[in-house]
Amino acid sequence: MAFTLSVNGRNRRVDVDPDTPLLWVLRDSLGVLGPKFGCGIGQCGACTVHVDGTPVRSCALPVEAVGKGKVTTIEGIGETEVGARVQKAWAELDVAQCGYCQPGQIMSATALLASNPKPSADDIDAAMSGNLCRCATYIRIRAAVRRASGQTGEA
Amino acid sequence: MADGNGASRREVIQLAAGGSGGLVLGFSLVGKGEAASSAARLNTYVTVQPDGWVEVVSKNPEIGQGVKTSMPMLIAEELDADWSKVRTVQADSDPGLYGRQFAGGSMSTPLHWDELRRVGATGRALLIAAAAKSWGVDPATCSTEPGRVVHAASGRSAGYGSLASAAAALPAPDPRSLKLKDPKDFRIIGQPMAQVDTPSIVTGKPLFGIDVVVPGMLFATFEKAPVFGAGVEAADLDAARAVKGVRKAFRVEGAGGTEALSPGVAVVADTWWQARKGRDRLNIRWKAPEEPGLSSRDLEALMASTARSSVDRIERHDGDVDAALKGAAKRIEATYHYPYLAHAALEPQNCTAHYSKGRMEIWAPTQNPESGRQLVAKTLSIRPEDITIHMVRCGGGFGRRLTNEYMVEAAWIARETGAPVKLLWTREDDIRQGFYRPAGWHKFEGGLDASGQLVAWHDHFLTPGQGVQTARSAGMSATEFPARFVPNFRYGLSILPSPTPTGPLRAPGSNGISFAVQGFIDELAHAAGADPLAFRLKLLGEQGLVGTPGRDGYDAGRMRGVLKKVAEVSGWGRTRMAPRQGQGVAFHFSHLGYFAEVVQVRVADDGRIRVEKVWVAGDVGRQIVNPSGAINQVQGSVLDGLSAALGQEITLEGGAVVQGNFDDYRLMRIADAPPVEVHFVLSDHPPTGLGEPALPPAPPALCNAIFAATGKRVRRLPVDPALLVAG
Repeated sequence: MAFTLSVNGRNRRVDVDPDTPLLWVLRDSLGVLGPKFGCGIGQCGACTVHVDGTPVRSCALPVEAVGKGKVTTIEGIGETEVGARVQKAWAELDVAQCGYCQPGQIMSATALLASNPKPSADDIDAAMSGNLCRCATYIRIRAAVRRASGQTGEA
Repeated sequence: MADGNGASRREVIQLAAGGSGGLVLGFSLVGKGEAASSAARLNTYVTVQPDGWVEVVSKNPEIGQGVKTSMPMLIAEELDADWSKVRTVQADSDPGLYGRQFAGGSMSTPLHWDELRRVGATGRALLIAAAAKSWGVDPATCSTEPGRVVHAASGRSAGYGSLASAAAALPAPDPRSLKLKDPKDFRIIGQPMAQVDTPSIVTGKPLFGIDVVVPGMLFATFEKAPVFGAGVEAADLDAARAVKGVRKAFRVEGAGGTEALSPGVAVVADTWWQARKGRDRLNIRWKAPEEPGLSSRDLEALMASTARSSVDRIERHDGDVDAALKGAAKRIEATYHYPYLAHAALEPQNCTAHYSKGRMEIWAPTQNPESGRQLVAKTLSIRPEDITIHMVRCGGGFGRRLTNEYMVEAAWIARETGAPVKLLWTREDDIRQGFYRPAGWHKFEGGLDASGQLVAWHDHFLTPGQGVQTARSAGMSATEFPARFVPNFRYGLSILPSPTPTGPLRAPGSNGISFAVQGFIDELAHAAGADPLAFRLKLLGEQGLVGTPGRDGYDAGRMRGVLKKVAEVSGWGRTRMAPRQGQGVAFHFSHLGYFAEVVQVRVADDGRIRVEKVWVAGDVGRQIVNPSGAINQVQGSVLDGLSAALGQEITLEGGAVVQGNFDDYRLMRIADAPPVEVHFVLSDHPPTGLGEPALPPAPPALCNAIFAATGKRVRRLPVDPALLVAG
């Protein structure tokens, strides 16, 4: 079945089964490899992308449910002011270890800051709780979100 | 190696980089009787481009431990390169050029600290020689600034890029003859450097195995039996083939056991989702396993019925434990247990392979490429030299990618398919087809004399295995602490027959043993009425190095150093604790690193545990190579240990693993991550690795803190909050 998706500001046509999760449309049909596969059941957040600015787990979202929603991935988030700030903070604090979860982390953090520019420590923990980091870089993730929001020091 | 002593002679070889006019340097392993100029045997690390950029090869797999940054830092330091103009290049697997290439045992730093700095120093010497020659001055009067050779007396200087071709034409000095920098002159080593892949990571560039794209590539999934190694009785291959996009569905008979190729069914399709949908229709009937499947409760029952008297063998006995226990003023016993664990690296196992004209090309996120090559060669009857392995960044390793069965599977499926294939496991495949951290039990007895000194220690260690052989990563060394620190010490071993595949998980052995040993030591401290930290210092005594360095050496002085440091920074014994709040301490030596940690917890009345803070003191020698990566590794190791202790357990039911995904195999999430304060104690020893040794003290320090907070002793992991309810 043919779908036209808006991905990072471009319309992309794909022919896939309607129940195909957005993640696999992005990765295997469109070559958008930033969103990662981690669990397939919306538990780890490695596949997080935005649909109309809202973070969603693309591994569990059938492509037919995307509709006219504008999909933004880690490849496109740097085009937004908040996304670029988050990426910069992530780089400055050298957050990553293996780095596999970090695209998803950055997508969740960007969505948080877009709606809540000065999140409290609890806000950060709540917004980031759907993203697992197996290397457990959580301490730096917290610090990077604070830095990107212009807050310094420990919460 | 072409001959037995091929690796023993090391020489520095140079050649002009093909076409670039640059300089290429490296150590080469030169086999006896082989020409040193044989380009195929060159071990190449450094290329200086005419524009001044320096390319440095990173030889080992990057699994998140940071070696793709820290190893090139060693070379760049002695080369005196400008780090902002250094590009790192991931090596392919090529042991003929690079020697052993692996990520394991926290060994990259200790094995390469000297060698890779000499690679850099050799390059610097050549660049200086080239500059001196062109200026007609004595090389000894020249020095370097980052990326430049400087002749201070005449005020002349030249960038490395302009010297590269001339330097490449000069004879290389003996790397062993070169004087390395005084550490006070380091400009790169010791500086916090962001990982070289950071810009790609934060922008989502393809980096990982799962991101590999080969033209014409198909996608595969591979289903294996829930009971390890069971064969396929029947499968509805046609049902899978009927799914749109599915190109092939076929049975794989298996060869070489679970570490090579297990039996199963492969489905290959245009996209991975189509392959998965095909797999869902397979309706596989599995053959009955040869042995009845083991359940966790069977092992538990076997353990419980194995009396102390039925120790299979005594691994160590110093003094006379029975007499010492009999004569002890106080005697306690306890049984500790830790469960099987899965690695659960976030990037599920995957590998891309392409077989064409008798040659196999593989793109693998692996910690141990050479063993994968040998396994593929053996299982598929391909010559090792006809196999190319590209090492791809790993989305976590933790020891799981030391076993390369997924590489064999991808190679097999690709050859059967006749096209490039990317094999990708599901998360359930990963959790249920693991090489697990072995479960273990320790039945302890300890005796204290009237002064509260530990005088007798008995550890009956029950561990999985087959026959007289402990399972992989299920053993315990006869010098494991507190061996050699207690006058009457006995360690007896019993093997619990278990077919469950096991393997190394980050800080193998240590990650479970430390929980048991440091927990029981804590019990003894309390039984002695002593402060747990002071009791440990006393146990370590006054000695320095015990045993032989590089073999079984244990430097008690270094351990006392980190214990004292962690006492100081954590406010140990000086911090007033609220009700149900407490601090616990533990220490452990592994992977050449000495670590002591204090965990502070608060336990709610309903048993919920809040880890408030962790303090770490670690001694890994005189120099931290990359402080940014080092602190990240230590914090991650500590949280990894806490994550496992608080939530993880693999259980078996009828031979199959029960857990399957992150909903029932729980990893720590951000809200449960405490601050972790890291202190390095610098000691005059060569630098050692940090991927593992900070992990083992974390679980016992946590449990000892829970005891301090609640009076309840945790002797079984994961911690069960129901046992910690107030009242």
